[in-house]
Amino acid sequence: MTDKARKSAPSAASAKHLKRRRAADFRFRYYGLTAIFVALGALAVLVLTIGSQAVSAATYHVVRYEVTLDPAVIAPEGASSPQDISRNVEGFYSLVRDNLLTTFPEVGEDRMLRREISDFVTRLAVLPTARMVAEKPELVGANITLTAPLNDDLDLYLKGQGVRERKLPAGVLSRIETGAEGTYRLSGTDAFAGVMAGLAVANVDRPVDAGQPDVLLSAGVSTGRLTAIDAGSARMELLTGRAEDFAQGRPTARIIASPESERTISDRQIAWVLALKEMGRIDRVPRWTLLTNSDSTYPELAGGLAAIVGSLLTMLITAMVAMPIGILAAVYLEEFAPRNRVTEFIEVNINNLAAVPSIVFGLLGAALYINFLGMPRSAPLVGGLVLALMTFPVVIIASRAALKAVPPSVRSGALAVGASQMQTVFHHVVPLAAPGILTGAILGMARALGETAPLLLIGMVAFVGDVPRSPTDESTVMPVLIFSWANNAERSWEPLTSAMIIILLTFLLVMNGLVVFLRRKYERRW
Amino acid sequence: MSEHIVSAYSEELERLSSDIMKMGGMVETMITDASLALVSNDLELAKKVVARDPLVDAIESDAERQIVSLIARRQPMGHDLRMILSAMKISSELERIGDLSKNIAKRTQRLDDHVNAEMRNAIMRMAQPVSRQLNNVLNAYAAGSADKAKAVWESDDDIDNHYNSVFREMLTYLVEDPRRITAGAHMLFMAKNLERIGDHCTNIAEFVYYQVVGDYLSELERPKQEQL
Amino acid sequence: MDTNQGTPAMMDDTLPLSRTADGGPRIDCRNIEVFYGEARAIHEVSMSFPDRAVTALIGPSGCGKSTFLRCLNRMNDTIENCRVEGQILMDGENINDPDVDPVLLRSRVGMVFQKPNPFPKSIFDNIAYGPRIHGLANGREDLDAIVEKSLRRAGLWEEVKDRLAAPGTSLSGGQQQRLCIARAIAVQPEVILMDEPCSALDPIATARIEELIDELRNRYCIVIVTHSMQQAARVSQRTAFFHLGNLIELGDTNQIFTNPREKRTEDYITGRFG
Repeated sequence: MTDKARKSAPSAASAKHLKRRRAADFRFRYYGLTAIFVALGALAVLVLTIGSQAVSAATYHVVRYEVTLDPAVIAPEGASSPQDISRNVEGFYSLVRDNLLTTFPEVGEDRMLRREISDFVTRLAVLPTARMVAEKPELVGANITLTAPLNDDLDLYLKGQGVRERKLPAGVLSRIETGAEGTYRLSGTDAFAGVMAGLAVANVDRPVDAGQPDVLLSAGVSTGRLTAIDAGSARMELLTGRAEDFAQGRPTARIIASPESERTISDRQIAWVLALKEMGRIDRVPRWTLLTNSDSTYPELAGGLAAIVGSLLTMLITAMVAMPIGILAAVYLEEFAPRNRVTEFIEVNINNLAAVPSIVFGLLGAALYINFLGMPRSAPLVGGLVLALMTFPVVIIASRAALKAVPPSVRSGALAVGASQMQTVFHHVVPLAAPGILTGAILGMARALGETAPLLLIGMVAFVGDVPRSPTDESTVMPVLIFSWANNAERSWEPLTSAMIIILLTFLLVMNGLVVFLRRKYERRW
Repeated sequence: MSEHIVSAYSEELERLSSDIMKMGGMVETMITDASLALVSNDLELAKKVVARDPLVDAIESDAERQIVSLIARRQPMGHDLRMILSAMKISSELERIGDLSKNIAKRTQRLDDHVNAEMRNAIMRMAQPVSRQLNNVLNAYAAGSADKAKAVWESDDDIDNHYNSVFREMLTYLVEDPRRITAGAHMLFMAKNLERIGDHCTNIAEFVYYQVVGDYLSELERPKQEQL
Repeated sequence: MDTNQGTPAMMDDTLPLSRTADGGPRIDCRNIEVFYGEARAIHEVSMSFPDRAVTALIGPSGCGKSTFLRCLNRMNDTIENCRVEGQILMDGENINDPDVDPVLLRSRVGMVFQKPNPFPKSIFDNIAYGPRIHGLANGREDLDAIVEKSLRRAGLWEEVKDRLAAPGTSLSGGQQQRLCIARAIAVQPEVILMDEPCSALDPIATARIEELIDELRNRYCIVIVTHSMQQAARVSQRTAFFHLGNLIELGDTNQIFTNPREKRTEDYITGRFG
């Protein structure tokens, strides 16, 4: 029976209510969207900041050295077995150093310059080549191309980070006069003069080491340092190469912001690296060593392999311990345990455990596993056990929720057909709750993967250079590695830390993606 | 009987029941009037009785329609079921009684002058108990009384005896004066109609008993199995 | 209960003449009382259930008919705080005795629920699960035969024979309920309990189930709880009226619905309750 007066147009009072309700709806949606955007924004800022830093760590510069594997150097008498070769760091390193000395003869016998050029390459960087030659001893005596990563500071310089420089094209030189002691007087056309004039104004007094920015001039493989600038001309000290290159090419002025005394790389090292680059001997390649090397004190050689393997081993232990016990505990508590004071007490405590700070588990682990049971420190076994303790409550709570969600009609149906309690639970309830249980377990694992504090307390913070091969070997995990790299002073560790963070986040993303996939695929609707 | 939760159901049963009562009342009047018309040779009254019969028929058809509708829509159970089925049967019996009364009135109209007062009175003497019988059974229905219904059922024999004696009496009158045969034949038919009205009343009594008790009067002599 | 000696009797197509030893009732209940904690839900109910017949339990909501039904297959055991006292005799043995294994009992007394609850498995596995766990089949061929027989008896074979691997939940409501009935039949029960089996179904599906019940009653003792009196009247031979945990009246269905002896029964069936 419709009231003819009402039809579909509301009365005045209900129209006002409707308007208010609609306004409330709109506001609510607006708040929700705002919240989402804020969260996404924060996430984007995080990812972009870390990502942009990590990107620079994804590639690095390597230098090619054409060397002859002189047997006298790399496989001398009494030390020529493959094993000796693989460890002959000094021998291979000397090949590289000699190559550099040959390339830059101006080094000569000057001890300081020799030291500077030795810094180009870290000794340990030749190890992979040594190992490769050890596996193929027939190469001894042959000419090979030895590739080694560049010193980390020089690598940063080439990437435009670290030491900052400003480049200007410096016009064309018209005249080069040789002066005393390898210095030259340069004068050039208007462009050159203009640049010099600009530099002169900016740097009134130009003694070389008085805390002022250095100005280098490079042309082709030659680079020189300007020692005096005035309007229209400059005096240059040649660092490497030949003066003639300046007349033929178009020189580039490089203004280096910090003076040499405050830098870790000298002007000459910059000159050499620019020369090598001009010679085409420097390549920029992806830094696979981040994943294939283990930790090192040298940033260019450092990688996270030991930490990744350590994380995986630790996760394995955690999964093997926490999942079966946690799931079975949940099944027992939910399906079999009688409802009395004792089980209620247990339930409350499990819920509380889930909120305990993770570092407490580290203390417990140190006291129980290491001190009382005497297990090895810093081993994935102990780390896994500690994290398992931490993951139990999460797994139990998630599994119980999944079991609760199975409707009682399934249980009734199974019981009515004559299934025992065990059969009902394991043939019917658990398979239906499996997606939820798995989701909970993987989320627990994902959380454990990112834990640092408890593992620090059981000693996983030590520097680990070897990849652990069993759960009882000394090891570290990714978050702890990140923590220790972040504590290193040198600038070149920053991009590496960020890259490692990105790798860890990728693992977590994959695990969470797995959760979503599993849930989509196996979720049932009843 | 308390009311149905769905009050419309109670109202429909009420309506059916009162229609039966109305029919009963009308039919009762028809008998009384017919016998009165016969005794006083009131042809106008006889005509009225005849005119009343279609009204009775109309109520009966209407009751039938109500019953069909009730069965289809209400799925009656228990007492309601018995009441509705009895109503169906009772209305049919009443309608037959109405027809028989009309028949008596019609025959009254066709009597010639050779009928005498004694003959009329003989019929009247039978009509009275029959009328009472109908009245009793209608009371039994209205009161929902199994005892009253049973009493009616048991006095069927009396009516039959009455009929036999009236039959014999009528024959003597006919033997006395053969010119009375036409009228006498009519009177014999009237007596027979009255006897059949008595049978119908007995039937009605059985249905009333069934409605109230749920058992059949005709099975009363046999010992019943004790229900679990 | 029949063991695996040749073809178990239930799956035989020749009907045994009488399955209870003395031709008496299939289940005999004496002084059944059910307590939830301290509250008494069923008050001293004694009644028996004849074999190869349908007994209907009717009564208003909360009268205890479903609780009573669940006593017959000890499903009340799964409810906390629920205590059942009294004797429930089947073949002279009191199944309410704590020594009796409810798991075995439930293969003799099957149950079908109000909302169809097929397992989230294939149609085949739904039926095969019971026989598997009770060891009623020797090998795959036996199992196939049992599945087919059960589905035929439930009137579902023709509709699903080509898709036995499809999930049980992909069937319509009425088909699911027939699947549940087939599942109950597959373990060769002696009694089938039905708790309002049609209340979630449309009239056509309901009619199909009622037809099925008619056929099944030639082989099994069936006890059906129903809210619909018309259904009880159509389907059952004996009817029991419950009210507030008491058995008010028990009798032939015909008699209960045309001429009940108790006023409360009469009031209930004519809709005068309240």
